[in-house]
Parts: sequence; structure tokens; C-alpha cells
Amino acid sequence: MSVQEVLPLGGVATGQPGDFRADHVLVAEMVKPGSKVLDVGCGEGDLLQLLETRGIDGRGIELSREGVNRCVAKGLAVVQGDADTDLVNYPDDAFDYVILSQTLQATRQPKVVLENLLRIGRRAIVTFPNFGFWKMRLQLLIGGHMPRTENLPASWYDTANIHFCTIKDFIELCDAIGVKMERAEALDLYGRPLRLRLPWWVWNLFGEQGVFLLTRGQGK
Amino acid sequence: MVGVQSIPSPAITADERSHEVDHPSSQVAQFGIEQPLRLDCGVDLSPFQIAYQTYGVLNADRSNAVLICHALTGDQHVANVHPVTAKPGWWETLVGPGRPLDPQHYFIICSNVIGGCMGSTGPASINPATGKVWGLDFPVITIPDMVRAQAMLIDRLGIDTLFAVVGGSMGGMQVLQWTAAYPGRVFSALAIACSTRHSAQNIAFHELGRQAVMADPDWHSGGYADHGIHPHRGLAVARMAAHITYLSDAALHRKFGRRMQDRELPTFSFDADFQVESYLRYQGSSFVERFDANSYLYLTRAMDYFDIAADHGGVLAKAFAGIQTRFCVVSFTSDWLFPTSESRALVHALNASSARVSFAEIETDRGHDAFLLDVPEFFDISRAFLQSAGKARGLKDKDG
Repeated sequence: MSVQEVLPLGGVATGQPGDFRADHVLVAEMVKPGSKVLDVGCGEGDLLQLLETRGIDGRGIELSREGVNRCVAKGLAVVQGDADTDLVNYPDDAFDYVILSQTLQATRQPKVVLENLLRIGRRAIVTFPNFGFWKMRLQLLIGGHMPRTENLPASWYDTANIHFCTIKDFIELCDAIGVKMERAEALDLYGRPLRLRLPWWVWNLFGEQGVFLLTRGQGK
Repeated sequence: MVGVQSIPSPAITADERSHEVDHPSSQVAQFGIEQPLRLDCGVDLSPFQIAYQTYGVLNADRSNAVLICHALTGDQHVANVHPVTAKPGWWETLVGPGRPLDPQHYFIICSNVIGGCMGSTGPASINPATGKVWGLDFPVITIPDMVRAQAMLIDRLGIDTLFAVVGGSMGGMQVLQWTAAYPGRVFSALAIACSTRHSAQNIAFHELGRQAVMADPDWHSGGYADHGIHPHRGLAVARMAAHITYLSDAALHRKFGRRMQDRELPTFSFDADFQVESYLRYQGSSFVERFDANSYLYLTRAMDYFDIAADHGGVLAKAFAGIQTRFCVVSFTSDWLFPTSESRALVHALNASSARVSFAEIETDRGHDAFLLDVPEFFDISRAFLQSAGKARGLKDKDG
């Protein structure tokens, strides 16, 4: 699923070096140089290009044909495929990291996808829009309608996002399937990390997106 | 009597054709009895020759060699005027100055396949044991045999690792066979509109073509050379049937529709009333000018037998286990001969082998033939893939 289709994060790159998006820079910082990475739902390959500049061997899967062809035309190793159906074709431990950036909420089976990420990769990095963000809550509470924000402008009837969750929900899913959180960040509306070490409930209220570095839990 | 327009007779004599078979207007590598070609059927082919063309210059560290593998009815004349038809090279859209495969950057090699009829040893060649044309005495060859012969040519040229192996259709099969058989010798592989195995439908179309050739009384059980004749009609019908499979319903409709050929009304005959009939007849009759009927039988058979997974215990991924080659797989939306699903199966196997692979499906209504036509998106992808592979290989990028 192309990032542009799912979640237009306009202008979040402000104040960052180069043209890279702030959440991409944060994700790239979580990846150790020299490792092998699969970006699931890589869009037009912006994150893969950023990773390439850091000497990381990146591969991508993208659902939209236009996105794939633009990636391949940039010289990136990207194949057309669907996170829900094609991850099963990858062997165990094929990658050091598997990245799912702003795509989880658009998959049919987020739990199965997450399990696959940590089967294929020794670590997974997942970013997603937090439906517990105060602006979302306010729209539902006061406005009485499905939330729409700058970053999620689609109406309920034409959005590709079918499985929204909050940061709290995601943490519960990780616990339920025995996934360990190695690092977690919440980003504000402009893609900047919330600097203070705050309790989860604050992140869940003020984080516009969650960024999680995950590893396999014990017994996996 | 109802009017009939038969396929016109060819403009070239049998003598001229056989000249290209034995003495091609190409470079020729001769392999003597001390270097036989081990064929899958168990026969050692010896002596034999490979006709090939090269473009560009091999660099000092021999790292810029590109092998192009031609399709069923192609030949080594990729980017030069064809010696028989006087037409431009068959892949000048991809190969040439300013093209994705620019001879200024790469040393480009293309050889006629074993079993072909443009100078590499095949059924139209003279069997040295008898002094007569091989005909059906020629051993049945396979795609791996073609690739084995190419590897001997590459050895002869002093090249250890090919920077890229590139091909579409039957050429793409050879590309995949190269990576499966000689993974360490292929730095990058561009496999276009192809498959790791020939489908039942494709085998069926090939059988139709072969039966058309064999039904021509001029075929003489493959011994037509002894009769000084060539089964033009059978081979032309085979080509006409095959040509339909290279196009698409949409492309035929766009090109011809139901338009009439040089007439307003039907002639109430079996004349070529429709433009599409006239076009197909032209395709058939021009093909027989440059192609040998027995060679057509052998090469279609080689494609039918192709099945990489079968050679690796039925598991395709095993064929590519641990491979370091960089792959780019390209398919076309309207190609129903080698549909996208075939490329996808290949990509899944390459993913399962953790190979570095790019896969793009190009939207076009031009069918299987799209890989030979002017499709800018395909060129952009090919160029970017080769450039990024070139960077990884340490080739100088003169494109800027």
C-alpha cells in the first residue's frame, strides 16, 4: 500500500536534513548500519533510498504497480506484492529488520502480518497512526463523527485504513503474541518525537503516531 | 471456384539461406572434437560452431560484458542490419547509443543458439559425419544445452563473470538457466516476459506449429534439404499461429479492427479480405525467408522441455539457493503467453532464496511482443536496474 494513498503525511519533513521525512529518519536511526532490511509497503522507495545512503541492504514490497515501477526505476530492489498474502513466501530469518511503515492499519490481518514480520526478520520496526491521539478522540466525542485529520483526510467510506488502533491497543497486541518492545517512540503532529519520558497514557493521548522497534519475545 | 490467395513464395533462394547457416556474416567460434558440447539427451555434439555478434569493447578488468539471449525466432543480429532481411537489428530499442545497453559502456555479446539457423550448429547445418544436412538426425537440444554452449563461448572470449545476462521470452529462459547453472558467473540478470517452465498452453501452441510444418508435404519427414525444397507453407502457418500468441486481443483490435484490406466490400471468397489476415500472411511469408523449418521444430521443443524446478527436486527456490546475482524481472499486463503470474512465481522463489530482486509489471496492451517494442517504462526500468548494478560492480557510469 503506498504511503501516499494510505496516509498523506504532508510537510512532516520540515526542519530535517535532506528531503527525508522525520519518521523515516527516526526509523533509519533504529537500523544498524550494514544490516539487511525488508520494507513492507515501501511506497515510492523514499525510506529505502535513505537506508541506502547509510550502507544498508534494503529490499521492498509494494502493492501499487506505479509505486513499484518508480522504485525499480530508481534502481531499488522492490517487488510488487501484498503484505497480507506475500510475506508467507519469505523464509525465516531472511532479514535483520522488517519495516512496516504506516501500513499496519491497512492490512486485513494485522496480527498475522506482525507475526510474519518477526518470523522473517530478527527485528521489526512498525509505525502507525495513533487513533488515541487527542484530536481523534475529540472529533468522536464532540463532533460525533469518524475522525479526519491533516494526516488522515479520507472519509470513512473511501479510506484504505481498515484496522485502526491506538498505541495502547498495539502494546496489548505485542503482549498477546509475545513480542518484546526494544524501543518505543511517539511522534507529534509534525513527526517529531515526544522528547520527555512520559507514561504510556500520555503518549496515547499526545502521540500522533507510534514507532516501535520489536524483537521476538522469550520462547520464540 | 472460390478465390484463394496463397502465401507468396519467398524472395530468397535456398542457396542464400544455407550460406548464412554454414558461413554466417558474423564472428564464428569453432569447437573441435576435443571440446564437445555435452547435450542433455546424452549425445556429445562435436565439432560445432557458434556464430555471434559483439558491440562495444571489453574493459581492462573484463567486468563490463553483457550477454543478450535471443528469443525463439531471433538471432545474433541484435543491433545491426540483418544480413538476410536487411532490416534493423531486432533489439535496437534496447541496445545502441543512448539506449539502456549502450555499447559505449558495455561489451555486448549475442550468439545464435545451438539448434538455430543463422550460423550456430543446428539441424540445417552440414553433419560432418555424412557431409549432408543434419535434418532430423540432429540431436534434440534443450535450453540448458544452449546455455552450456554460450558458457563455452564466454570462456573462449576470456570472460569469467558476465556483468549482465539479458533476454526476453526464450531469451529470458536462458537468463534464468544461466543464473541456476552458473550463479557465480552472472552479476546481474534481466529476465523479461518469461517463465521458469513452459506452460501446458504454450506446449500446445508449439505442438500446433510443429504439426503445421510436418503436415506440409514439402517437409519430407525433415529431409527437405535432400529434395532441394523447403516447407514454406507449413512453416508460415506455424508462424501465423504463433504470431497471434505474441499479440493481444486489444492490440489486434487497435491495429486492424475489422477493417478491409484494399477493398470496400467482402469478396465472398477466401481471399485476405481483412487487414488482419493480410498482416498474418505477411508475417508468415516473411518469416520463411529467414528461418529453417527443422530449426523451428528443435527450438520450440527446447522451450517445451524447459522446467528449472524439475531439475532441482521440484522446488524452484532450490535452483537459486544462496545466489548473489541481482535480478530484475519484468512482465507485461497483456502478455498471455508468459503472463505476470509466471513472473510472480519466479519472484516468490527468488524471495524464498533471499535473492536481491526487483519485479515490475508494465501496463501495455501490446501483448508478449511488448518487450521488443518501444515501451518507455520498460526502458526506464532496464536502464535504472543496469545502472544500479553497474554502480555495485564498480563500472564507470558514463551516462552522468
